[in-house]
Amino acid sequence: MTDGKGGQGGKAPGAAEGVATGEGDIHVSVRGLKKSFGPKVVLDGVDLDVKRRSSLVVIGGSGTGKSVLIKCIIGLLRPDAGSIVIDGEETVHLKGRARARLMRKFGMLFQGAALFDSLPVWENVAFGLIHGQGVPRRQAREVAIDRLAQVGMPPEVADLYPAELSGGMQKRVGLARAIATRPEIILFDEPTTGLDPIMAAVIDELIVKTVKEVGATAITITHDMQSVRRIADEVAMIYKGRIIWHGPISQLDNSGNPYVDQFIHGRADGPIKMQVRG
Amino acid sequence: MNPLARIGQVVLALLAEIGRLTLFLRDALIIGLLPRWYPRQMLIQLMRMGYHSLPVIGLTAFFTGGVLALQIYIGSSRFNAENLVSSIVALGITRELGPVLAALMMAGRVSAAIAAEIGTMRVTEQIDALTTLSVHPMKYLVAPRIVAGVVALPLLVLVADIIGILGGYVVGTRSLGFNAGSYLANTVNFLQWDDVTSGLIKAGVFGFILALMGCYHGFNSRGGAQGVGRATTNAVVSASILILAANYVLTSTLFAK
Repeated sequence: MTDGKGGQGGKAPGAAEGVATGEGDIHVSVRGLKKSFGPKVVLDGVDLDVKRRSSLVVIGGSGTGKSVLIKCIIGLLRPDAGSIVIDGEETVHLKGRARARLMRKFGMLFQGAALFDSLPVWENVAFGLIHGQGVPRRQAREVAIDRLAQVGMPPEVADLYPAELSGGMQKRVGLARAIATRPEIILFDEPTTGLDPIMAAVIDELIVKTVKEVGATAITITHDMQSVRRIADEVAMIYKGRIIWHGPISQLDNSGNPYVDQFIHGRADGPIKMQVRG
Repeated sequence: MNPLARIGQVVLALLAEIGRLTLFLRDALIIGLLPRWYPRQMLIQLMRMGYHSLPVIGLTAFFTGGVLALQIYIGSSRFNAENLVSSIVALGITRELGPVLAALMMAGRVSAAIAAEIGTMRVTEQIDALTTLSVHPMKYLVAPRIVAGVVALPLLVLVADIIGILGGYVVGTRSLGFNAGSYLANTVNFLQWDDVTSGLIKAGVFGFILALMGCYHGFNSRGGAQGVGRATTNAVVSASILILAANYVLTSTLFAK
């Protein structure tokens, strides 16, 4: 019931040395990742490889450690043990400037979009350019309007404030912000949660389109199975802080894993029991 | 529970809080004050804390100056020393009531606003978003607010000093029957630079404390709306207590001549 087909065993030789940069090599490699909050063990030895320019979706119920996993990968949380290798570089212990340099490789779309409500839409999108990279404001505004167009939003939106937008529109702006600096790795934290089914489909399509345009590696966490089928090249399932299955999307329905089967069909009965505490 | 264990728990919690605050202060000073700076953010905060607080500070100072004149008149008339009213009003306002009352009003206005804003940013993941966009929250959120607090409060206190003395003057000349010229002359002749500058130095320290408390509690808020509410309350209470404590320490060590 542990590692599935394809994923874990397919580590490209040489990836750890950071020499290979072509399509198909390992971009992000996680080994033995552990994280606890007080007595609660959230990640209990996660092993996961993400291929360059592929789209990996991590599925799992609430409270199984999905969010903590991607927050560890991007460096918002520091793991207790284990290793995270990105482009051949061990990143767990990076601090200060080295951490800031690594952060430039990342873009992230947050669950609630996490737009800065004191700033207009265009400045939200251009934020990483202006403050992270020192691009002049006028030039950054042009890029922002361009990115907004990429996610299907007209230039008039640029001067509105986030509070004036609907949830789906905020997600689009969040997506435009995540891709504004052309990151190599984009993380999506439950991108369709709280959206109606049509808007969810629109956001999924935009994610696939923009990730392809930017040429990035995408890691998404979600429990929306429709979304998984639209976004994923590969799927990994996390349960009780470990990856219990990892394989290509084509094999998701024939995983032979009772946990995966129960989850993707949304059955109440099966090996997965409800957790009361988060 | 064993009462000793309870005492131990409280002491440990207090020490842990002091430790967390010290680490936060270290980060704010080291990371926040090194470049890169965000002058635009600092100006915005300066406007919010300074300019927008003028009505509150002005009204507080005016009424305080007025009531001070009344009370001192009542007290001094018992031994025929009414001519001291103007001098004592000026001294009381510049050395003590101007900085302390302005800082306490600002703790209610500014510390609460900072804690609520940063706390909401924390629980809606906006602070995480800043980090992912390669902007350090200490530099972008905390440092501009602390600098603005240290700069704005002395300026506000200067205004409070003037309006407070004016309040005393209005009450003194209109309802207590003092001669306008001699009231002003007594104020100006008696007041020394030390009285004003000691108040302004205190104000700088108070501005630092109230901005720091707002940032610290906002930054560490957890758990949704309730957490933000708790952070706001804690920011105001801790800022007020620390301001009063710092006022005593500063007065007794530096300005008690």
